[in-house]
Amino acid sequence: MTGNGVALQLEGVRKSFGKLEVLRGIDLSVAEHEVVCLIGASGSGKSTLLRCVNLLEPVDGGHIVVHGERITDRGVDVNRIRRRIGIVFQSFNLFPHMTVLRNVMLGPVEGLGTPRQEARAQAEQLLARFGLADKKDEYPDRLSGGQQQRVAIVRALAMKPDIMLFDEVTSALDPELIAEVLNVIRELAASGMTMVIATHEMGFARDIANRVCFLDGGVILEQGPPDRIFSSPENPRTQQFLQRIIEAGRL
Amino acid sequence: MSSGNPFDVEPLIESAGPPPPPGSRRSRLFGDTLRQEGAKGVAIALVSTVVVVFLLVWVVVHSSNWPVVKQAFFNGQEFKDTFPEIARKFVRNIQYFMIAEVFILALALLLAVMRSLPGAVFFPIRLLAIVYTDLFRGLPLILVIYLLGFGMPSLALKGLPTSAAFWGIVGLILAYSAYVAEVYRAGIESVHPSQVAAARALGLSRWKSLRFVVIPQAVRRVVPPLLNDFIGLQKDTALLSIVIPFAEAFKQAQIDQSADFNFTPVLCAAVLFLAITIPMTRVVDWLLVRQRARRQAGAVA
Repeated sequence: MTGNGVALQLEGVRKSFGKLEVLRGIDLSVAEHEVVCLIGASGSGKSTLLRCVNLLEPVDGGHIVVHGERITDRGVDVNRIRRRIGIVFQSFNLFPHMTVLRNVMLGPVEGLGTPRQEARAQAEQLLARFGLADKKDEYPDRLSGGQQQRVAIVRALAMKPDIMLFDEVTSALDPELIAEVLNVIRELAASGMTMVIATHEMGFARDIANRVCFLDGGVILEQGPPDRIFSSPENPRTQQFLQRIIEAGRL
Repeated sequence: MSSGNPFDVEPLIESAGPPPPPGSRRSRLFGDTLRQEGAKGVAIALVSTVVVVFLLVWVVVHSSNWPVVKQAFFNGQEFKDTFPEIARKFVRNIQYFMIAEVFILALALLLAVMRSLPGAVFFPIRLLAIVYTDLFRGLPLILVIYLLGFGMPSLALKGLPTSAAFWGIVGLILAYSAYVAEVYRAGIESVHPSQVAAARALGLSRWKSLRFVVIPQAVRRVVPPLLNDFIGLQKDTALLSIVIPFAEAFKQAQIDQSADFNFTPVLCAAVLFLAITIPMTRVVDWLLVRQRARRQAGAVA
């Protein structure tokens, strides 16, 4: 299971909150440099799946393998695993008491033990790459939602992760701010980052994904290349979901 | 404008100038409230204040009992004679306050963190913190100071100081830490769990998440209530008078009072305490107004 080009593997992953079974046996394999988009209605388990991969939620059954290492086993150092897997949240979750630069530096300095000077230089370089160089000394609440979300992406990238997870990162944004965030993710895809993206932006998913997975009721009902999923879905539930999306004018 | 603020003179506001910045409208600070109402409002407030104060003073001074009260409480000569010594002793009150404050801030934060530790393993530590805060919040402060200030020196324990001042201050620290710990804890619990998730997602340990993300935000939020407790502490340094002879403003005032059969020295001490506590109260109000303005500005953005 090592070095075979599989970045992330989920095998029969189950997760319940009380009596509610949110994930009911998820099997998913993500190759290195692959971009997988998770689509599905709210409550279908997309966010929970991503949070399980980042070990923010413990799984109740099955296991998750990252680059050959079972991260769901007992005794695994969760902090070490999380440093290799970046996650960006719907609500940004920037640290409001720190400047943009310090938000980005915190992970490398305190998590990876990177020397301060080096972390600063890397953070400044990353911020510049995503057009945020002039915002580095601002506090997050002085930025637009789109800028905040770009900072959140940069903060995750500063850890030099192997895999990036995106949890509906444009859902809290005004429509005119969505594009700048999606463009950042596009650039990451082009640079070969392995990514799992939960999204409601179907046009974007169709554009960027190597593979689209339709989640419904805690299982992956259908998956395949975006062209096939969006043009000729096989599962009736997928058809129904996409029909509603089209009716809502979102595709 | 329905805040019940006595300085809100409703009909006059229409003529006020530009709209006030958000957050200051309901301010209870003198300056802010008056500024909004324009020059006309200021003039009317001033005149009505002068009239009311004049009437009050006139009524008091012309009452038949005034000369007796004046002699006992507001004796000018007595004030002049005793004030310098009491003020000199009051410096000690400030010193005790500052020494205690440093330790309280540290001990209380430790207690709050102990109580916030998650998981079954830390149950005994949580329990310890809970028992501590329940105990010291439940005891009268004067009792704690009495017990430690008189009790501990009499034991003459090896390796521990036997000064009543030391143990009196320890009593202040122990009791106030319980209150301040609860203030900190409220702050810690007010930080949204998503902040912890973001920190943990960066691979930060539980402890580092607490240290770099949770505590800095928690402390910022509880600065006004913390200052409130400081005001209480500053006043309660007078309780040390029961264990520390001759070395504190209230004690000195008592001595002068019983020597001259006059209460003016106690009034001297009162004036000194107010000179510190009232400005501190204003600062707390100002901080609260600023915090509210920030929150509102944040909500708009």
